[in-house]
Amino acid sequence: MKVLVPVKRVVDYNVKVRVKADQTGVETANVKMSMNPFDEIAVEEAMRLKEAGVATEVVVVSCGVAACQETLRTGLAIGADRAILVETDVDLQPLAVAKLLAAVARKEGPSLMILGKQAIDDDSNQTGQMVAALLGWPQATFASKVVIADGKATVTREVDGGLETVRINLPAVVTTDLRLNEPRYVTLPNIMKAKKKPLENVKPADLGVDVAPRLKTLKVTEPPKRSAGIKVPDVATLVAKLKNEAKVI
Amino acid sequence: MTALVIAEHDNATLKGATLNAVTAAAQCGGEVHVLVAGSNCGAAAQAAAQVAGVAKVLVADAPHLADALAENVAAQVVALAGAYSHILAPATPNGKNILPRVAAALDAQQISEIVAVESPDTFVRPIYAGNALATVQSADAKKVITVRTTGFDGAAASGGAAAVESVAAVADAGISAFVSREVAKSERPELGAAKVIVSGGRGMGSGENFKILEPLADKLGAAMGASRAAVDAGFVPNDWQVGQTGKIVAPQLYIAVGISGAIQHLAGMKDSKVIVAINKDAEAPIFSVADYGIVGDLFTIVPELVKELG
Ligand SMILES: Cc1cc2nc3c(=O)[nH]c(=O)nc-3n(C[C@H](O)[C@H](O)[C@H](O)COP(=O)(O)OP(=O)(O)OC[C@H]3O[C@@H](n4cnc5c(N)ncnc54)[C@H](O)[C@@H]3O)c2cc1C
Ligand SMILES: Nc1ncnc2c1ncn2[C@@H]1O[C@H](COP(=O)(O)O)[C@@H](O)[C@H]1O
Repeated sequence: MKVLVPVKRVVDYNVKVRVKADQTGVETANVKMSMNPFDEIAVEEAMRLKEAGVATEVVVVSCGVAACQETLRTGLAIGADRAILVETDVDLQPLAVAKLLAAVARKEGPSLMILGKQAIDDDSNQTGQMVAALLGWPQATFASKVVIADGKATVTREVDGGLETVRINLPAVVTTDLRLNEPRYVTLPNIMKAKKKPLENVKPADLGVDVAPRLKTLKVTEPPKRSAGIKVPDVATLVAKLKNEAKVI
Repeated sequence: MTALVIAEHDNATLKGATLNAVTAAAQCGGEVHVLVAGSNCGAAAQAAAQVAGVAKVLVADAPHLADALAENVAAQVVALAGAYSHILAPATPNGKNILPRVAAALDAQQISEIVAVESPDTFVRPIYAGNALATVQSADAKKVITVRTTGFDGAAASGGAAAVESVAAVADAGISAFVSREVAKSERPELGAAKVIVSGGRGMGSGENFKILEPLADKLGAAMGASRAAVDAGFVPNDWQVGQTGKIVAPQLYIAVGISGAIQHLAGMKDSKVIVAINKDAEAPIFSVADYGIVGDLFTIVPELVKELG
């Protein structure tokens, strides 16, 4: 069975982003970029399925600018077999990405697509669910455990109140939560190997997808700043302040 | 212009997050209808009919709608979508699971986790873990929206008298099945609804040690939360996680115990009215957002605090 893993290039999670002075977006020039952390978990899960003999091929896909190649190479270094870059300079929104991924899936015919639950830049949490809808596939979002057997996926999901388990037919979409696995470190020999693995380049037009944005960003502003308060010397002072000054207890 | 709110419920009761979504829906400018899709969900529908500002409640009742499977609930919403200009759900795990499926089926770009409605087509939403606020305008015929509950006050749960109308349930998509649910029972308030939250981090050291936070939470009538590190370490259940990729909360009082204050954690609690931090590291970033900080060992400070509260 083939597994498709979409991976997004995002501002690294350690970077403290700054809003641009002209309010058009956040500063991304000269900022460290990485694979979206949830997507690392997705690639890792696909690798484990391959190592367990369940998956036969793992294909990573990224949509965006040419530099997404780096993200794909990271996926290949983790162990994916090949990569597809859907290259465009258009600012892609989740619906457009979902349409591109659905088109790739129709060509590739995977049994499973594993995405991150959320990209840490746009915080949308949409793409996986959208791809599933476009393909008419079932979905299991926010996965903390995935078991494939008898043409079905049994997935434990992180939900309000605890955990829930669903069983879905294949082909299906799964999105990863933080507790699904701990991604392996990428080793230097594997980075070298990744350079020789195939990376195919396609354009949205080749896939017949209109990627024009639907949401217009009117402005991007800084949220109201929260100022640091005071340090209190002891518990008695704290309780007095909470009672008399903040009046919250 | 009419808005449809997808109710969050357990068939018997209506979940509080629905009330915040109703407020956001009302701000979109038209009438507000609520869809209760479930099984034997009459009681939840009756509760929805009492909510102030709701004009109509639609009830889709069928066995395969019992467990909020995304495939079935989304199909139900899509079947009813024709009449609506706006479709909203609370940005809970359930709402986030279902609504993008609806949006894609309607060829709409969903607007996730709005915190303000500027006009019927323009909304404000946080991006980059809340380090920026984007004002976005939608060109789609139908606006499909998830609502961050901390951005909107809840509508009053009573005082309304909406008409309740049955609608035909869609067929079971037959591609997914509910297997089981493990829900931790708790006497404490829900994280999302609590006025006070006591949260523990990696500094707690173990799940066992979280017990020292219980008397504090008892005294304050608080819900309990945690950082990702505490959840990953298995100290506490996953749904306690507060943060960018966990729960977003804004209580009157948030007490962070043994939590360093990573951006991803702050994203989930920095809109709390008053923040207290207890940490032995005076340089911990949590102090940069705390109204009141105490530097010291949590294992001595927390019991002292419990005592001082009397
Ligand atoms: C994709 C992604 C998503 C994430 N999402 C979230 C999220 O939603 N929520 C979240 O919380 N994190 C999230 N994180 C993780 C985040 O980056 C931090 O790693 C995490 O918040 C750290 O948790 P912590 O503060 O408990 O642990 P630490 O950073 O290890 O801090 C522990 C603190 O406890 C203090 N301490 C230790 N012992 C004592 C003692 N005896 N008395 C007093 N103080 C003590 C220490 O001084 C320290 O400040 C995410 C990370 C990524 C990459
Ligand atoms: N441009 C992209 N290229 C490849 N995958 C993407 C892209 N955008 C989003 N994804 C996938 O969709 C997931 C959820 O993203 P989002 O819906 O934007 O929060 C990510 O974790 C990725 O797996």
